Amino acid sequence: MIKSLKTLNHDLSDPTYQLDVLNNYSESLRQQPKFKEKLEEIDLFPLRPTGIEIFQMNVGYMCNMTCKHCHVDAGPDRDEIMTKETFEQCLEALRNSDATTVDLTGGAPEMNPHFRWFVEQVSELGKDIIVRSNLTILTTAPKYQELPEFFAEHGVEVTCSLPFYNKSRTDRQRGEGTYDRSIKALKKLNEIGYGKEGTGLELNLVYNPTGAFLPGGQESLEKEFKRQLDRKHDIVFNNLFTITNLPISRYLNFLLESDNLDEYMDRLITSFNPAAAKGVMCRDTISVGWDGTLYDCDFNQMLEMPVEDEAPKHISEWNEEKLNDRNIKINQHCFGCTAGDGSSCGGATT
Amino acid sequence: MSDSYYNPKDLKKFEDVGEFGPELAEKFFDYYGAVFEEGALSAREKALIALAVSHTVQCPYCIDAYTTESLEKGASEEQMMEAVHVASAIRGGSSLVHGIQMMNKTKDLSM
Repeated sequence: MIKSLKTLNHDLSDPTYQLDVLNNYSESLRQQPKFKEKLEEIDLFPLRPTGIEIFQMNVGYMCNMTCKHCHVDAGPDRDEIMTKETFEQCLEALRNSDATTVDLTGGAPEMNPHFRWFVEQVSELGKDIIVRSNLTILTTAPKYQELPEFFAEHGVEVTCSLPFYNKSRTDRQRGEGTYDRSIKALKKLNEIGYGKEGTGLELNLVYNPTGAFLPGGQESLEKEFKRQLDRKHDIVFNNLFTITNLPISRYLNFLLESDNLDEYMDRLITSFNPAAAKGVMCRDTISVGWDGTLYDCDFNQMLEMPVEDEAPKHISEWNEEKLNDRNIKINQHCFGCTAGDGSSCGGATT
Repeated sequence: MSDSYYNPKDLKKFEDVGEFGPELAEKFFDYYGAVFEEGALSAREKALIALAVSHTVQCPYCIDAYTTESLEKGASEEQMMEAVHVASAIRGGSSLVHGIQMMNKTKDLSM
């Protein structure tokens, strides 16, 4: 089993060290403009929320996979899991929130023992629900194999990872056998109507580049994925979301080990797009950690950068007005969301 | 003075060629940008064509640039290698087809 950076006690499991690497690892990185300076140039600093539309919950870092690019450093050896008490606090916050969408992520969110109960509760609140599935979990134990029907019953949008339309590149990033198991899960989702026109059951794929390069045009990649998956496997889906790999955690480890860090950061920074900066997801999203701590986004969560001190810091202190009045915390990793066409959990932002 | 003809860092300075002639450089880069936009051919197909041509003209800058571009636009390793083989086939074929000229000349000269 591949171990997480945390279990290995790797230097990069320390968020402070990660931020130090991004800012000071080489002469080239020290000389790069700071994200704050780029925001100041376009009058966007301090970065402020536009409201909370998406309530994103990281329900635990436990996962059945250990992908090479994972910004969470998730894996079977991670035991941080959201408790029922924290879920209940999230429900209470949601009852008092304008957020339209509850976005469930992890790890593999399905592995949290309270997952189904929580989906049922949110469904009753009338909020849209997104589950970020790694697909392979849906091919493991019977209790997970039943999930597609459960998702359909509750109108859950399934957004799942598939970094490429072929086996070699998918397996290199996500582990041997991932592609075949992902195809099996996608076929099952298609069988019950997911991704098919007129069913209302939304099936979206997430594309992460399988190396030290940026995602190309989302529309063009979506066309190619649709063509290839239809031709090879008779699989259909709704949208492809292109997501830029942020230079943190395991992906940062890959960049360092492959000697691509300077070049990758330079690419992100020279591709800074003011329009993408205006549309960054942290402006309309709040991220809830497995222990209820509030963050501006899932990446800040992994870097242990909670919302600023003046804002409520825990889900039990939920106050949307105060959260909407906060300054969003930033650092050099944020260039990942503002490069080129922009990047968010919903794909390109421009 | 540089001690080699090719420096990978020069690729990023491509647009600096405008320093010695801005008007033509501007026209060239406008044209260049337009050529690679999504059109009747997709941006991915254009990147693969550019990758093949890069091998034909044996430009190391272009090979680096269009390998990255092809990956970013969603080309697979198999597609990229097939593109290089297309370049190779045309280069090889263009030599070989001249063999006909050699044969014609030989026949003209021979008894």
